[in-house]
Amino acid sequence: MSETETSRKTYLPAGMPVPAPAHDGVDREFYEAARRHELAVQRCGKCGTFQFPAEWICHKCHATEPGWHRVSGRGRIYSWERVWHPAHPALKNACPYLVVVVELPDAGNIRMVGNLLGDPMQEVKIDSEVEAVFEDHEHATLVQWRLVES
Amino acid sequence: MSEFTVKDKAAIVGVGETKYYKRGQAPVSEFRLALEAILRACDDAGIRPTDIDGIASYSNDRNDSVRVATALGLPELRFSNMFWGGGGGGGSGAIGNAAAAIAAGYANCVVVYRALAQGQFGRFGQTPALKTISGNPAYTWPYGMSTPAQWIALRTRRFMHEHNVTQDAIAAIALACYHHAQFNPRAVMYGRPLTRKMYDESRWIVEPFHLYDCCMENDGAAAVILATRDRARDMKQRPAWVMAAAQGSDFRQGAGAENNPDYATSNFKTLAPRLYAMAGIEPKDVDVAQVYENFTGAVMTSLVEHGFCAPDGVMEFCTFENLTWPNGKLPINTSGGNLAECYMHGLELIIEAARQIRGTSTCQVKDAEISMVVSGPMVAPVSDLILHR
Repeated sequence: MSETETSRKTYLPAGMPVPAPAHDGVDREFYEAARRHELAVQRCGKCGTFQFPAEWICHKCHATEPGWHRVSGRGRIYSWERVWHPAHPALKNACPYLVVVVELPDAGNIRMVGNLLGDPMQEVKIDSEVEAVFEDHEHATLVQWRLVES
Repeated sequence: MSEFTVKDKAAIVGVGETKYYKRGQAPVSEFRLALEAILRACDDAGIRPTDIDGIASYSNDRNDSVRVATALGLPELRFSNMFWGGGGGGGSGAIGNAAAAIAAGYANCVVVYRALAQGQFGRFGQTPALKTISGNPAYTWPYGMSTPAQWIALRTRRFMHEHNVTQDAIAAIALACYHHAQFNPRAVMYGRPLTRKMYDESRWIVEPFHLYDCCMENDGAAAVILATRDRARDMKQRPAWVMAAAQGSDFRQGAGAENNPDYATSNFKTLAPRLYAMAGIEPKDVDVAQVYENFTGAVMTSLVEHGFCAPDGVMEFCTFENLTWPNGKLPINTSGGNLAECYMHGLELIIEAARQIRGTSTCQVKDAEISMVVSGPMVAPVSDLILHR
């Protein structure tokens, strides 16, 4: 990596699409929590089912507005990939980079997608323990993941 | 099985294709390509274009059915239908919908078409340069996970992890498709054979996919004509009868941010049993299969979910020898498919499946009676189809 890349404060360069709540507001709480460096997902107040991404009803018992629940941000790698081909213009000089799917055992094993921080050429092992890292951008906060030393 | 089935109620009686181009090289507009493919399919079937009274397509085809009906001067459009969902998941579904319209008496002669000129519109393999993103893509795009290659790679990796699969299995699929394209002069990769060394040395797109694990991006159009049982019997071509068609999606397969509970799946676990039940056959009865290759990993899981091998039997089954014409246990993608013939969103696979029934494939499976198509694995909804003689 070049010096400019290692000194980058965010994992991927600027210019990626900025995440924003859906127009109908269904997932606003997730983004507001991330801004506060908290991880919040839906959990049905009636039947306890976790749900991510958010929806207006619980897919299990169909109760409306399932409610929000703060989770620990501890998870394990469920799958991963090293991306070599830039599919977005902002990534032209950012490859390779690592994408992980993380399963959250304390949130009903819902999954989140993010980048695995650190060396993009590191060996990645499925089931490795990771924790959420909140990466602040000007208009949004991304949820990234780093390995937890065992 | 309910008596309400499309089995043997309709047949593919005509197929048409434009020349297949590399992306951006179509010399005429996408809509004109669509019309040319339809006219060729009519000619192949031996019908007048004005005999068409139904239209079906998929993947939000830009070439509006009413504009097509108007351009063709159809006297009476009785059925127009779009299969929900993007990608190639609706290819067989559009054929199934056409057959259902015929079985129900909505229409007598339905055309299914798909036209693509990626040079004239956006590309599938590129992410639009948007400033903000919301909805499900907001949970993946900002992290550089935005293309089909990238989500199918994640699911393929998980499957490989769970079932001890190595690169050899998916490489064999790519090599089989390229092998078959070498017999097919229509194929964009005709005359460009692929070796394992070339595969291994090709660049990674996203691990575990090399360049040759990924479909091409092409321009062109394809069309298929279906007709009623009575009409199909005495037309110009041997009819390829619709033996079974299935479409749909398994439990929460559309969940965002990779939250489909059954993760490393092609999404055929509930469809394939319905397909076989309607056809009244078993996997061993299938003579030849066209399995949509968006990416080789999704072909692998589709073969499993259609019962050709067990999840833990992939390494044994997915070999070049087993998957290739003329001696393989199950020759797949005998025209070269999306990897090496043309990425016409899988409609070219349906045409090839019909050719196998007619006996006119460039890799003709001897005495092929039962010909399968699997459309758009690892998207939602998906669809599949069985044709027979």
